[in-house]
Amino acid sequence: MNEKISNFIKEKFGEQAVLSTDFSGLQGIIVLQTNLIAEVALLLRNHPDFYFDFLSCLSGVDLGVAQKQFAVVYHLSSITLGHQITLKVIVDNNRQANDLPKVPSVSQVWRSADWHEREAYDLLGIYFEGHPDLRRILCPDDWEGFALRKDYEAAENYGGLKIKWEGAKNE
Amino acid sequence: MNNLKTDPSQLKNEEMILNMGPQHPSMHGVLRLELVTDGETVKDCIPHIGYLHRCFEKHAEALNYQQIIPFVDRMDYLTSMNNDHVFVMGVEKMLGIEHTIPKRVEYIRVLVCELNRIASHLIAIGTYGMDIGAVTPFFFCFKEREHILNLLEWASGARLLYNYIWVGGLFYDLPIGFEERCAEFLTQFKPKMQELDELLTNNSIFINRTKNIGILPLDVAINYGCSGPMLRGSGLNYDLRRIDGYSVYPELDFEVPIGTGKMGTTGDCWDRFDVRVREIYESIKISEQCIERLTKELKRSPDFDPRAKLPKKIIPKAQEFYIRAEMPKGELGFYFIADGKSDKPFRCKARSASFSNLSVLPALAKGAMIADLIAILGSIDIVLGEVDR
Repeated sequence: MNEKISNFIKEKFGEQAVLSTDFSGLQGIIVLQTNLIAEVALLLRNHPDFYFDFLSCLSGVDLGVAQKQFAVVYHLSSITLGHQITLKVIVDNNRQANDLPKVPSVSQVWRSADWHEREAYDLLGIYFEGHPDLRRILCPDDWEGFALRKDYEAAENYGGLKIKWEGAKNE
Repeated sequence: MNNLKTDPSQLKNEEMILNMGPQHPSMHGVLRLELVTDGETVKDCIPHIGYLHRCFEKHAEALNYQQIIPFVDRMDYLTSMNNDHVFVMGVEKMLGIEHTIPKRVEYIRVLVCELNRIASHLIAIGTYGMDIGAVTPFFFCFKEREHILNLLEWASGARLLYNYIWVGGLFYDLPIGFEERCAEFLTQFKPKMQELDELLTNNSIFINRTKNIGILPLDVAINYGCSGPMLRGSGLNYDLRRIDGYSVYPELDFEVPIGTGKMGTTGDCWDRFDVRVREIYESIKISEQCIERLTKELKRSPDFDPRAKLPKKIIPKAQEFYIRAEMPKGELGFYFIADGKSDKPFRCKARSASFSNLSVLPALAKGAMIADLIAILGSIDIVLGEVDR
C-alpha cells in the first residue's frame, strides 16, 4: 500500500514531488515537497483507492538547532479502507524572529487540521499559509517565543509576575 | 477587552458578546466560550482554551520514557490507566518487546483500563445529568465511581494518578483478593446501572432536553477528527479496540454500541449519552471476562513477577512511531521520534481525543439556544487537562 501511494503521488505530481520514502520502519513515511502538501492531501482524501478521510494527528517538529530545519508530520488514516500513512514535509529555516517556516495549510481538506495547525504555530512557530484563523491556541496571545523550539529559553516574567523557576539556571 | 476574537464595534444592534466561563461548573474545568448571541440564540461560538496548559510535550523531551508516565497520567486525570496503557504500548512497540509481555500482565492492564473506563463514563453521565438539572444521578454515579477508585487505589496506591502500568510490565501484581472483590463490585454494580437507566436515560424530561439537540452528522464528525463516543454516537461502528485489535482485546467478547437515533435524530446529544451508558455495560462484560481468566488459567503464582520483563534501559532505535488507541473519550495518540542514542524522546506529541472533539463545538453551537449549548458541551465530555495538556 505504501509503495502504491508513493507511486500514485509521483505519477500525478512528477518524480520530484516525493523527496524520499522510508517504508522500513513500523509505519511508512513519505516525505513530500512542501508546496505540494495541500494538493496531495486533497487528492489522497478524495481518491477512491486511498480515501484518507481521517487526519489522526498533525505535529510540528523542530529538527534541532544545528539542523536549521522544521518538519510537519501528518498521520492519516482511512476509516473505510483501514490503512494508515505518514506524510511529512521539511522546511529550511534559520530561526529569525521575522522569518517563520512556511507550510501550506491543510485545514481546507480536514477541519481537524485547524486546531492542530494553530497548536503547531503556537508552540513551534510554523506559519500555515491559507489557514483561516491562525492565532495562538494554548499560550496567551501576548506570549513571546515558541515553547517547543529546541533553542527556547523559559521566559522570566509574564504579566509582571516572575515565573522562572530558580533551579532552571543551573541546568 | 483585548482578549476577544469578535470585534465589539462590528456587532449588529441586537447582538451581544457573552463570555461563558472559564470559572463555571458546567464548563467542566477551565474553558472559556466567547459567544455572540442574538437574544437566546448563539450566533457564533469561539472556544478559548489553554488555561490548563502545562506543555506536556516540553516536559517529555526532558525526561526518559519511564519518567514521562506520571505526566501522561495528568493529561486526562479521570482515565490515567488508559493514558498509561497507550503510552506504554507505544514505547513497547518501538522497543519491539510487545510480544514478550506475559498474558497475565496484559489481562491485568485491560482489567484496570476497563474499570477506569467505567469510572470515566460514570463522571460523564453524572455531570451531564447535573448540567441539565438532574442532580440525583450525579450522586449515584459518584458513589459507584468511588468503589472503583478504591479498587484502583488498592492496586496502585493512588486514587486518581496511578503510574501503575510500566514499560514492560506493571508496578506490582494485583493485591491478593482483588479479583474476588472486583467481581463482587461488578455484581452489585449491574443492578445499579439499571437503576440509573430508569432514573436518567429513559427519563422523559431528560430525553426532551437532549433529543434532536446538537446533531452531529457523520461526515462532519469525521472531518473534524472526532473519535470515541462522539463518532459512534453519529452512527459509525468504529472502535480502535476492534480496528487495531491491540493488547488482548481480540480475545475478548464485546459489542461496539453506536447511536441509532432512537429518541430523535442519529448523532444528537441523547445518542452520545446513550453510547456511553451502553459502553459501561460492555466494559462490565470485558472486566468479567478478564477476572474469569485471571482467576482460572492465568491464576496468580508466587513466582510471578510483573516487573520481570522491564527493560533495564529504555533506548529505542532511531525511528518515528505513532501509536493510537481507544481511551474513554476517543482516540488518544502519541507520536514519538526517537534518535536511537538517548533514553529521552526527541519529540513526543500527544494527540488527545478531547482536543479534537472540542474543536467541533463551534459547528454544533451555531444556531443553538444558550441553554442547549450546555447540553451540547456536556455531551462532548471533555476533560480540560487533556485539551490543554
